[in-house]
Amino acid sequence: MEPAAAIPVIEFRDVSYRVAGTQVLSGFNLQVESGETLVLLGRSGSGKTTSLKLVNRLLSPTSGDVLVNGVSNGEGDVIRLRRSIGYVIQDVGLFPHFTVERNIGLVPKIEGWPANRIRARVQELLQTVGLAADFASRYPHQLSGGQRQRVGVARALAADPEILLMDEPFGALDPLTRDELQREFLALQQRLHKTVVFVTHDLREALRLGSRIALMEAGQLVTVLSPREFLESSDPLASAYVRAFGEGLESSANRGTS
Amino acid sequence: MNVFRFILQNHSQVLELTLEHLRLVGFSTLLAMAVGIPLGIAIAHRPRFNKPVLASANIIQTIPSLALFGFLLPVPWLGERSERLAIFALTLYALLPIIRNTYTGIRGVDPAVVEAGRGMGLTELQLLFQVELPLAVSVILSGVRVAVVISVGVATIAAAIGAGGLGEFIFRGLAMVDNRVILAGAIPAAILALVADFGVGWLERRLQPR
Repeated sequence: MEPAAAIPVIEFRDVSYRVAGTQVLSGFNLQVESGETLVLLGRSGSGKTTSLKLVNRLLSPTSGDVLVNGVSNGEGDVIRLRRSIGYVIQDVGLFPHFTVERNIGLVPKIEGWPANRIRARVQELLQTVGLAADFASRYPHQLSGGQRQRVGVARALAADPEILLMDEPFGALDPLTRDELQREFLALQQRLHKTVVFVTHDLREALRLGSRIALMEAGQLVTVLSPREFLESSDPLASAYVRAFGEGLESSANRGTS
Repeated sequence: MNVFRFILQNHSQVLELTLEHLRLVGFSTLLAMAVGIPLGIAIAHRPRFNKPVLASANIIQTIPSLALFGFLLPVPWLGERSERLAIFALTLYALLPIIRNTYTGIRGVDPAVVEAGRGMGLTELQLLFQVELPLAVSVILSGVRVAVVISVGVATIAAAIGAGGLGEFIFRGLAMVDNRVILAGAIPAAILALVADFGVGWLERRLQPR
């Protein structure tokens, strides 16, 4: 991936977030370039999810600025902003009373797309995430965990957003399904080149999927490294992670897919 | 059986009082839904207010119905017509189960679903009408069901202030010490409660999200 000379797609500028007397995030600076998969890695409570929610304005920073395509995301219409950003969470959050088709097609529908275009888009997306066409008429409770998460990804992609925010999307899946979805994510990303911010606490996943890894601890950004650099890093926290995950990490590292 | 012969002989009056009864229950339930559901939604979204609102509805519920009818009698506009007063009092009684179940139903919607919806860019109104209410509807309706059954019972007391309904027979029977007349009011009231319970229950199942 060539270094983008253009403005970063997402930029955190001196962002702090405080809630109920707790400093969740402080002095956070980070740039996410177009087409990269930036992984936010850290333990629970390190501020990963908070950072993600600051991007689609589910949370507002206490101070500092979050810029999307060079414009502070606090300006302008928050609903527009969110519809231009795909959002995938660990619990998926599919609407249980909607079929798969209505789940995927919801944003296009409220955006006023004609019905036949929505239907075509849903079919296209089902194929993209590796589900058969007849899944369209099923309800979420009729799907397995992996299938649900595939629908979750398809739904996030529905209106073809430039940015994808993923909050431990594969965290609740069994190891085999997780492996499968990670592999498909890589293939998908190679095709779609979305700008992805991916939250995980799993170093193996971070090494495998990320083009860069932003290591977080106690609400602060520790360092940003490529998967290669991460493995060889002398940073005490990074090497602690590498030690904790033990042998065989070498083979996980994303060697750059293009 | 005497009771049924009595009901048959007086069938037109039984029918008339049943319809009166139905009108009291119907209007008050609709009013209670019109007030209670929005109130329940409001306190589900602003939990700060849930205690005072639910406590007030609770207190109203504890006032004995006969006493409540009595208390309201001197109230200017309300006391002028007994039917108006009865509908108002029945509405107050129906509020608690409706508010409480709306609150519980909306709070019971999986937070992940709401967050996903908000993150996708649904407006608060779209979230309410496309996600929260459809998912809460069966819980809300089971509150309406409880309210209707309570109302059918309490509405018999409305006859004490001259608002009509099947309570007419009951009070008349009590005065005459004639069980036939009491039952001529009580049986249709019981049937009304069962039918209403069944009807709303059916609706509840029909609208249940999968």
